[in-house]
Amino acid sequence: MPRLENKVVLVSGGASGIGAATARLVLREGGKAVIADRDEEKGRALANELGASALFLPLDVTHEADWQKAVTGTVEKFGGLHGLLNAAGVGAGGDIESCTLQDYRRVNDINSLGTFLGCKAVIPAMKQSGGGSIVNISSVLGLRGAPYAAAYCASKGAVRLFTKHVALHCAQMKYNIRCNSVHPGYIETPMIEGRLSQTIGNMSGRQWLEELHPIGRLGQADEVANMILFLLSHESSFSTGVEFVCDGGLTA
Amino acid sequence: MSELSERVAIVTGGASGIGAASARLLQDAGATVVVADIQEAKDGVGRFVTHDVTSEASWKALLADVLEREGRLDIVVNNAGVSGGTGNVETTTVEEWQRVQAINSEGVFLGCKYAIEGMKKTGPRKPECKGSIVNISSIAGLISGAGPLAYTASKGAVRLLTKSVALHCAEKKYAIRCNSVHPGGVDTAIFNPLWQAVGHEQGKAFIGARHPIGRMAEPPEVGEVVLWLASDRSSFVTGAEIVADGGITSGLMRRLPLAAP
Ligand SMILES: NC(=O)c1ccc[n+]([C@@H]2O[C@H](COP(=O)([O-])OP(=O)(O)OC[C@H]3O[C@@H](n4cnc5c(N)ncnc54)[C@H](O)[C@@H]3O)[C@@H](O)[C@H]2O)c1
Ligand SMILES: NC(=O)c1ccc[n+]([C@@H]2O[C@H](COP(=O)([O-])OP(=O)(O)OC[C@H]3O[C@@H](n4cnc5c(N)ncnc54)[C@H](O)[C@@H]3O)[C@@H](O)[C@H]2O)c1
Repeated sequence: MPRLENKVVLVSGGASGIGAATARLVLREGGKAVIADRDEEKGRALANELGASALFLPLDVTHEADWQKAVTGTVEKFGGLHGLLNAAGVGAGGDIESCTLQDYRRVNDINSLGTFLGCKAVIPAMKQSGGGSIVNISSVLGLRGAPYAAAYCASKGAVRLFTKHVALHCAQMKYNIRCNSVHPGYIETPMIEGRLSQTIGNMSGRQWLEELHPIGRLGQADEVANMILFLLSHESSFSTGVEFVCDGGLTA
Repeated sequence: MSELSERVAIVTGGASGIGAASARLLQDAGATVVVADIQEAKDGVGRFVTHDVTSEASWKALLADVLEREGRLDIVVNNAGVSGGTGNVETTTVEEWQRVQAINSEGVFLGCKYAIEGMKKTGPRKPECKGSIVNISSIAGLISGAGPLAYTASKGAVRLLTKSVALHCAEKKYAIRCNSVHPGGVDTAIFNPLWQAVGHEQGKAFIGARHPIGRMAEPPEVGEVVLWLASDRSSFVTGAEIVADGGITSGLMRRLPLAAP
């Protein structure tokens, strides 16, 4: 039996990278995927390619009203909502000295406030659908610091902790909604394209990043999507409020 | 000569609670202390400067003032913080979220940024800069009760921001360390709403009972941790999480509906 039969999953940041890989996997496992992203062109193209079990909805995760529309649109189209993947995010460099207050706010608004708004927006619809699973993408940089990413680290640390809050809140309220965070190492998606083409010392950015990982390579979006699939499915029914690491040994 | 003589320390939120206790202990250890707070300090430790941690202009003015008056900067304790109500994921509004992040997360971000700027400018006067930035996170940055959502998120941000700052300074060879402190329940004004609701003694007993050692901390018990991190005694400690929580995060916490910060 497919692992997500008739389950409806809303994917923020679903137009690209990890979000897109997850949307594909959701369909392969018998579910419906709503691709919600601010990148309309890519999002629509993917939804068209995937066919009737997929839907594109425009979403800027920093706008509460957009989230309301996305949830309503999802329920109207597919009749329920069982899964949320908060994958919309921006990578941002900048150490503590060069990061401006404006940068700090922008990154935290998208990665942290955006994930908060997503969790908040889906709870009523998930309750009505009999429960569900929320997966928030944090990062290895929500577990460990990086000298070059002050705002990003802070935003992912915030996601790591309020995931636990959401898990406990929903458990306490007996909503049958679980919530977990996923912590990828460096994954080959458009987000890190810029870093791959840099030169660091006498290494290419790619080599430098590959060597960070004990298993000697970058991750692929599908490898993270498989972990997300497990968390979205009933297979992970006793896991809530915890950190799932997918990093080729980076933090081991 | 006392341990921290010739060191200059800024303590944000130093007018009350953990900040006030830290300011006193730093001063007792010989440091010149500047208390930076939006509310005036009552017991007069150090020099008081009105300061709002959420305002970058206020940080610029504070740093200029300290470098002008005290002449150097060695220690910054980013302690100012608010609990921000008990809203959960369903009830917290965007406005409330942003207010708490502005003080607890952006305030610490700006504090680190201007600490580094000030510490780099310190010298060539002796002694050399042995800078230490101490950020007050919380056990709410390690685990979460189903309690205040915005607070939990802000303290998780401080925990990781601290590590990024620590590594940045190490990489740049700045001789500035940066660590986070994670207190359990401490008897301070942050609990005023609870004290008002159930009375101080009863509230204190209630929260104390959630800690394996059976009581809340007094502010100097966290101040001692701050002092240790501020001093050279912790010279190999950077990017670390120092927990002072009466054992609360060591075991299985019994979660009561009312969550403490
Ligand atoms: N790629 C990595 O190495 C890596 C590592 C750890 C964590 N992550 C996290 O994984 C998540 C997905 O990243 P990815 O690697 O797939 O990146 P990606 O750039 O391929 O995809 C991110 C998507 O988010 C969308 N997005 C950005 N801001 C948005 C907004 N305000 N509203 C709606 N959509 C928005 C973009 O349009 C894009 O489609 C992010 O949260 C990222 O921080 C990525
Ligand atoms: N008391 C606890 O149980 C506990 C536990 C863990 C962490 N903490 C943290 O310890 C820190 C100190 O809290 P406390 O318990 O001593 O509380 P407190 O209320 O006694 O003191 C906080 C101080 O911060 C000041 N402040 C608030 N907003 C400010 C701003 N924008 N700019 C400058 N100053 C501002 C207040 O005026 C006050 O003097 C906070 O970051 C808090 O989150 C407290």
